[in-house]
Amino acid sequence: MRAWSHSPRLPVILRLALRELREGVRGFRIFLACLILGVAAIAGVGSLASALIAGMTEEGQALLAGDAELRLLQREIDDTARAWLEARGTVSQSLRLRTNGFAPQSGERTLVEMRAVDGLYPFYGELRLRPAMRLADALARRDGRWGVVVDPALAERLSIGIGDTLRLGKADFEVRARIAHEPDRANLGFQLGPSAIVAWEAVPATGLVTFGSLTNYHYKIRLDDGVALSDWQADLKAAFPEAGWRIRTRDTAAPGIRAFVDRMGTFLLLVGLTALTVGGVGVGNAVRAYLDRRTDTIATLKILGAPGSTVFAVYLLAVMLLALLAVAIGLAAGAALPGVLAALWGDALPVPARFGIHAEPLAVATLYGLLITVVFTAWPLGQARDVPAARLFRKMVAPTRHRPRPAYVVLAAAASGLVVAAAIALSDQRALTAGFAVAAMLALALLRAAGWALERLAARVPRPRHPGLRMAIANLHRPGAATGPVVVSLGLGLTLFAALALVEGNMNREVAERLPDRAPAFFFVDIQPDQYADFVATAQAIPGVRNLVTVPSLRGRITHVKGVPADEVTPDPGSAWVLHGDRGLSYAREIPEGNALLAGEWWPPDYDGPPLVSFSAEEAHGLGLDVGDEITVSVLGRSITATVASLRDVEWGTFGFNFVILFDPHTLAAAPHGHMATLEAEGEAERRAYRTLTDRFPNVTAVRMREVLASVNSLLDQIGTAVRATAIVTILAGILVLAGAMSAGYHHRLYDAAIMKVLGAVRRDVLTSFAVECAVLGLLTGIVGLVLGGLAGWIVVKEVMELDFMLFPGTMALTVGLSVSATLAFGLLGTWTALAVRPAAVLRTA
Amino acid sequence: MANGEAIINLEGVELTLASGAGPVHILRGIDLSVARGEALGIVGPSGSGKSTLMAVMSGIEQVSAGRVIVDGLDLAGEDEDRLALHRRERIGIVLQSFHLIPTMTALENVAVPLELAGRRDAFARAEEELAAVGLAHRLEHYPAQLSGGEQQRVALARALAPDPVLLFADEPTGNLDHATGATIIDLMFALHRERETTLVLVTHDPALAARCGRILHMCDGRIMRAEAAAGTAARQKATAP
Repeated sequence: MRAWSHSPRLPVILRLALRELREGVRGFRIFLACLILGVAAIAGVGSLASALIAGMTEEGQALLAGDAELRLLQREIDDTARAWLEARGTVSQSLRLRTNGFAPQSGERTLVEMRAVDGLYPFYGELRLRPAMRLADALARRDGRWGVVVDPALAERLSIGIGDTLRLGKADFEVRARIAHEPDRANLGFQLGPSAIVAWEAVPATGLVTFGSLTNYHYKIRLDDGVALSDWQADLKAAFPEAGWRIRTRDTAAPGIRAFVDRMGTFLLLVGLTALTVGGVGVGNAVRAYLDRRTDTIATLKILGAPGSTVFAVYLLAVMLLALLAVAIGLAAGAALPGVLAALWGDALPVPARFGIHAEPLAVATLYGLLITVVFTAWPLGQARDVPAARLFRKMVAPTRHRPRPAYVVLAAAASGLVVAAAIALSDQRALTAGFAVAAMLALALLRAAGWALERLAARVPRPRHPGLRMAIANLHRPGAATGPVVVSLGLGLTLFAALALVEGNMNREVAERLPDRAPAFFFVDIQPDQYADFVATAQAIPGVRNLVTVPSLRGRITHVKGVPADEVTPDPGSAWVLHGDRGLSYAREIPEGNALLAGEWWPPDYDGPPLVSFSAEEAHGLGLDVGDEITVSVLGRSITATVASLRDVEWGTFGFNFVILFDPHTLAAAPHGHMATLEAEGEAERRAYRTLTDRFPNVTAVRMREVLASVNSLLDQIGTAVRATAIVTILAGILVLAGAMSAGYHHRLYDAAIMKVLGAVRRDVLTSFAVECAVLGLLTGIVGLVLGGLAGWIVVKEVMELDFMLFPGTMALTVGLSVSATLAFGLLGTWTALAVRPAAVLRTA
Repeated sequence: MANGEAIINLEGVELTLASGAGPVHILRGIDLSVARGEALGIVGPSGSGKSTLMAVMSGIEQVSAGRVIVDGLDLAGEDEDRLALHRRERIGIVLQSFHLIPTMTALENVAVPLELAGRRDAFARAEEELAAVGLAHRLEHYPAQLSGGEQQRVALARALAPDPVLLFADEPTGNLDHATGATIIDLMFALHRERETTLVLVTHDPALAARCGRILHMCDGRIMRAEAAAGTAARQKATAP
């Protein structure tokens, strides 16, 4: 076989590297497994995110059920705009509001997201019903009753079936079908309640659309042939610069889910990168062990005239070729992951995903896989470069570990820097990524220090009398001990696991236990002016109802900040939302409870001068506003320019009514407006208040906090599952490194076992000694991981989320338990064969 | 065969290595001159410093003091890479444990130094060398598939493939049975004669050393005496102190 590895056309280092790899992957299994796992995690997460984004882009028309959609709050589109739209396409109108659904048969009631659609809906995509029927037939008026189709979750919550009645507002609807697929569901964003779809023509009968009610009007447009979307959008903006509608197009459909996929994608990518970093420790260990085995070959090459740089290049190339193999396998696994997930749980995906090969995430995973290989192998390769040729003559002198030449230290550092830089540059969440990178590097440094400290500690503890225990302790600090690599790699996985588990636990506790205690039982919205007095009286008359709070409620949009049009203002990213569309407005005579005045003065109770506003201080700073500046707000089509009279500190975390903008009572009191209310009630009083108030005021929407928190909780649960799954990949990577470190010490164990047996130890003594070593290592690593993870969790919960932090004994026990069981399992697995070996056989070859 | 011109000159060579128990003096005050084309045998008990002396002359070991001039280059103070290049161009080395690269065939093992030197005819040359040591039929065999004698013949072919001016052999028969060892030695001396290569042979075996023109006796890091031997190079004048 005069193979290609003889060809003078190949560079000599490549020829030598290829020959080096003839032994195959034996000795590189952990190396490959670590890289494959990390690359597969990154490629998998990236491919899934890309598949979802590509699916959303490709299916943009169906997701929007149109080419474009205009959304207005509380008002319909005017005739001029409608004519403009109809001149360029076909317009389908629908509306969406929240109300309370009541099922007379079962007596159950719940919050419903009601959509009313016209006969043109949907332009694209398909609304599928069960039993199958045409939407128009399902919604049509039959025997004097309008039809409704409902989300299966609503049917279940209200215990209603086909043919039953669903009361929305003042109208009774006949349930004709369940919704199997709502094409533009993902575009609607987070829903507080399940959907019910009725005919546009049925809306007046419900009496739900009244003045000031929180109704969203959606106008879906199918563009005429030949009308380019981008031109249409530009023309629309030019024709109606101050229309105040929100435009979505088929290219930007489902922005909420896009943002969510982006954020989750970034976060899970970081977790995947951590898994790869953990695996990198295993990669480094494997390469170090490999190069130790090749010392004679390296010295021989030097004797034959190979300079150190050639030796380095040959082995770097060999390692990188293996890394490429691992990366290729990892990419294949990662690229297949979305397809596998789709096959298993495809129906659970909120948006259509376009499965296939997505080049970008695979390129990113390749980049990280190769860079991490360089990070963790540059050091041992640099050491191998300086193996002296004299090694062949002086084997009796133990190989000395020395620091590699500065160039190789710089190479490792540069590759680490590139990993961090690439992670930050490729991320949309740069601050999060940078923070994560700093935390991960800090954790790595601390774990390395902890590993070092544990070895020193083991060397200093008093020697136990029992020889097995003495050996167990000695094994923790002997040269080549597994302590360092295990503490770093398994410790990093456990740190991440503990941190995520604690953050999730504290968030769940907040949502599931603490919020319900602090939050009011209900929010009521859309209380009409003429209902206000009656509502207050009725609510207060219900036994057990406490703390009824009401506020005036209007909607308005900031059009100018200090005379500059809102779309020309560049606010801080954290405050940009204030300028996006309509915001809730109110007015107050007194400064609201829980708000503190930070600057300016509150208006006198009988103020009747020019318009004044009080602004939330944080958002004012974000918009560059200060006391004395002017803003213009469009309220019900009327522009009001007001002076900022004061800045308030608003605590958004409380469940009271908080407004960024509060007007003086004089300016808005005359404007027609509704009210909102909160009240507290528990148990039977809560049920009674719900029943009484929704019965008496069918147009008033009651949002039950218990239901909202349950929705949030289930969302958190789903996110938690994804996060936990990825964190477990990190622990798996740690376990691989652990297995590698344990198997590297196998010959040492074999020898120890033989010596102990010669000295009269029975198998149980040997096993006990190894078990103690593994358990102590696992326990200490678990504790280190728990302490660092706890610290990280505390910082996130306390400083970032501003919640109270609590340690969960279950999580702590699980973290340490995982660590001990993993080290015991992998340590003893390698020891089992050592136990069976006959001492003579080992000592002959030792 | 030796023409009197010195190819190796050692002056006041000292080698001290650090160890846990304090410094170990391995070579002490070595002065030596080896003529081009000469065959020099170095004998002495284990630990006498003979292998280290060879390592110093071949640029594998750096001295603590003194001058080591080999084929015009002062090796003292040169860095590892420069010394590797020097070996690649001028020196062949045969070691007791063969040190063939296990992942390479016999042919590839012989070709490595030529490939490192950038020779495009590396494999053709390697084939010729293997044929010269009688292994034309073993080109594609891996070291593990060869006998000890065959492995040492591959090592010899590898050392001679780049046509070195100097051939160092450290106990080349130490791991071989008597008959195989004799074959290797015959081969080595035949090639030495044929190519007029300077040969430095480190051995325990006085009979083997006697085939050289001159024998150095070492003990405790010092050259105790030098004597002319009856071997093929015996007519050459010994210049050792």
